[in-house]
Amino acid sequence: MSKMRYERPAIKKLETGLPNKFGMRTEYEPTTHIDGVAVNDLVKQYGSPLFVISERIIRSTIKRARKAFETRYPKVQFAWSYKTNYLNAVCSIFHQEGSWAEVVSGFEYDKAISLGVDGKKIIFNGPEKSVEDLTKAIKNDSLIHIDHLDELYTISELAEKHKSHPRVAIRVNMDTGVYPMWDRFGFNYENGQAWDAINKVMHSERMELVGLHCHIGTFMLSPYAYGIAASKLAELALAVEQKFKHEIRYIDLGGGFASKNTLKGAYLPGIDTNPTFDDFAEAISTALLNSNFKQDKLPLLILETGRALIDDAGYLLGSVISNKRSSTGRRNTILDVGVNILFTSFWYDHKITPAQSFSQYSEDTCVYGPLCMNIDVIRESTNLPLLNRGDHVVIHSVGAYNMTQWMQFISLRPNVVLIDPEEKTHVIRLRETLDNMNSMEKVPAHLEKFSI
Amino acid sequence: MKLRKNVAVSEVGLIFNPVTGESFSVNPIGVEILELIREEKDQNQIMQVLLEKYSTDQATLENDYADFIDILNHHHLIEIHEETKD
Amino acid sequence: MKKRKINIGVTGLNAIDSPGPGVSVIRALREAVSFDVRIIGLSYESLEPGIYMHDLVDRTYSIPYPAGGADLLMARLEYIHEKEKLDVIIPNFDAELYPLIKLEPKLKALGIHMFLPTLTQFEERQKVNLNDFGKKYNISVPKSKVIYDLNTVHSLPSEFSFPMIVKGKFYDASIAYSIEQVKTFFNKISAKWGLPIIIQEFIHGAEFNVTGLGDGNGNTIAAVPMRKQYITDKGKAWGGISISDEKMLDMTRKFLRNTKWRGGFELELMKNKDGELYLLEINPRLPAWIYLSVGVGQNIPEALVNMAMGETVTPFVTYDVGKMFIRYAWDMIVDREEFEQISMYGEL
Ligand SMILES: Cc1ncc(COP(=O)(O)O)c(C=O)c1O
Repeated sequence: MSKMRYERPAIKKLETGLPNKFGMRTEYEPTTHIDGVAVNDLVKQYGSPLFVISERIIRSTIKRARKAFETRYPKVQFAWSYKTNYLNAVCSIFHQEGSWAEVVSGFEYDKAISLGVDGKKIIFNGPEKSVEDLTKAIKNDSLIHIDHLDELYTISELAEKHKSHPRVAIRVNMDTGVYPMWDRFGFNYENGQAWDAINKVMHSERMELVGLHCHIGTFMLSPYAYGIAASKLAELALAVEQKFKHEIRYIDLGGGFASKNTLKGAYLPGIDTNPTFDDFAEAISTALLNSNFKQDKLPLLILETGRALIDDAGYLLGSVISNKRSSTGRRNTILDVGVNILFTSFWYDHKITPAQSFSQYSEDTCVYGPLCMNIDVIRESTNLPLLNRGDHVVIHSVGAYNMTQWMQFISLRPNVVLIDPEEKTHVIRLRETLDNMNSMEKVPAHLEKFSI
Repeated sequence: MKLRKNVAVSEVGLIFNPVTGESFSVNPIGVEILELIREEKDQNQIMQVLLEKYSTDQATLENDYADFIDILNHHHLIEIHEETKD
Repeated sequence: MKKRKINIGVTGLNAIDSPGPGVSVIRALREAVSFDVRIIGLSYESLEPGIYMHDLVDRTYSIPYPAGGADLLMARLEYIHEKEKLDVIIPNFDAELYPLIKLEPKLKALGIHMFLPTLTQFEERQKVNLNDFGKKYNISVPKSKVIYDLNTVHSLPSEFSFPMIVKGKFYDASIAYSIEQVKTFFNKISAKWGLPIIIQEFIHGAEFNVTGLGDGNGNTIAAVPMRKQYITDKGKAWGGISISDEKMLDMTRKFLRNTKWRGGFELELMKNKDGELYLLEINPRLPAWIYLSVGVGQNIPEALVNMAMGETVTPFVTYDVGKMFIRYAWDMIVDREEFEQISMYGEL
């Protein structure tokens, strides 16, 4: 006779302030499969923890974003923000979907080139571009977005030296009514710095000013702010046209659209409240179409959307190491997933669901990671069913920034698996090994031997 | 170890403690344990019954059982006598 | 002729010392002349008194908090609808409106009607937007400023005189008489409700409320002004009296005409010693004192249900002036089994 599934005994006080079992049923709904592949099989085959990326979701998300903009504005180009997730397989999916590359360092630049991205379709952002990086970018005719005056002068010198005419854009920062205002990158609009920089570029005649760029912040919840940004850049572009009879080819509004994650402290879940691509597209295209561009002179609209395109496609699978009770009687569950690989748990209340079905009984639980540090908290409080040791959980919407900002700390970073549209799995980044780590280290000869 | 006097456990897992006025809900395995306690089975007997019925191992069960008993005690639902306290 | 029977789901059954409007709304509906009702209570917590008022509420189901998400709420409402064939839902909490406005088309497809403000109307009247709201619709509001940064507090005395009000974005307000107090309240309120903090000009005067109903096309279906006579330490009216003030009614009609407000509402107003009116807040739902509207001859919940059901409703034009409401607390005797039933099964 087969035995019944075990669930640990649990007792809960009926309290008036406590949501009863109908309170949070979504969190109970098990995630047994991702794109048709069983979570338990994934863990068995590739280990735990494990990052899983759905190619299907990436493709449907970028298609949805493109549709939102292309139905409202005639010329739209997405550029994949490498820093958000620069695993080669992920970048390649975006490039197959027609996205250019947006990079912010020499490392990211080289990565894009090595993937085979045409240099003309790389946007080079960021405050730190070395002379070597800039030389490369100039030779490849990439789009260089100027962040500060020192950079402007360096590019000017390099252009002279190499007898070339680099294509550049000015990064502009501005007040769009949102807080905090990102004013440390680029040139300020309100105090005239941006107009100044534009004039310097135009008068130098060594560069071609092809675009205007801004990135007003990240996880923005206000489409309206993008409307303001688009209007301000449009105004600058029209001023250039008027003064220099020079046409600005593109307006790049950067990234920053909120994904569907729920920010810590938000009362309503992000999936209900955060604006959609349509909301952002409406605000931006309305602002551009209502500005004074002539119909046939509308600039190309470039978007460097990062998190909103990849968050939902990423899952992190983990396993329960132990259940404990805190000194105050609260349930603590320890997972094998730490904040070193789930950086975003500092900002988001990530949705966590069990990977197997459960009864309706639940407990308020604090979810910890395995690091020996107090900050290693994945969720301060969530209602979870009675998980047993060894059970698997699925952490949702982790696709952005975690696989680039992760830290190798006390253990090795896990496999990353891609599920393709045919529901086949591919390892796209191998789990690190001790040899990998040791291969980068050197021990001086006098430290090689010891006896304890 | 004994269930406190007058503590009523219903089939669906509702417990009412008339002394403190508190109500609780318990999951099915919890109800089973409470019934076994009422029948004055000792820990070994209870373990045996549960291990035969559920797919789990002794160590996990012992751990969870101890935790459950702690909480019952915390809510004043059981009395732990000296002789059964070991 | 036998009156038709309408099944109405009502939230806000927490008739406690800072009461939700649900029980008052239900009392009004029970006195409707144009229909009979079966009342389905929708509760969040097991001790909401309305759950146990069996002469007012026919059956209660617990529903998930809005924080659980719209999908979860929808699933629960579908389940309840299957059992109860809901015709109308009247939400009575601000926090429910956001998901319900989003779910309105889906619920409509099931045959469940609501009469709610649009999402734009709901958002525009948020406290942080009150200044813009006043400008856009040409309605006097106290001067206010949204601040994010404690360092900007020092420039406030050049724009505001003391005392000034320090408000949270959703709840909480304190009166500050010095910069030090502004800082203290800034920290206290932002720790609880997050940023931004709203600084508002303090208006000396008397508090008034108007409740009413807009048809969504700019017309006033109902409007009843009330002066608070006794205010609890939570700022709630414990007693009030209906008044006749043309200025107040004018402002209400202007609010409805300019915003094309759809649904029930409560305006919180201040009148200074020069008789000037300021709009302090717009609550996007009926207030807990809504039963006074029945007492003065405008059954606003009844009209709201008829509007929701798509009937044409003749606007109310008169009401009795000088009618008072005095609130009282009432201890019910409840069997433990009922509490356990709603706690365990979410139905009673
Ligand atoms: C210049 C630039 N573009 C795009 C992005 C992508 O932003 P997000 O992931 O918020 O869309 C960033 C992120 O910081 C950025 O700095």
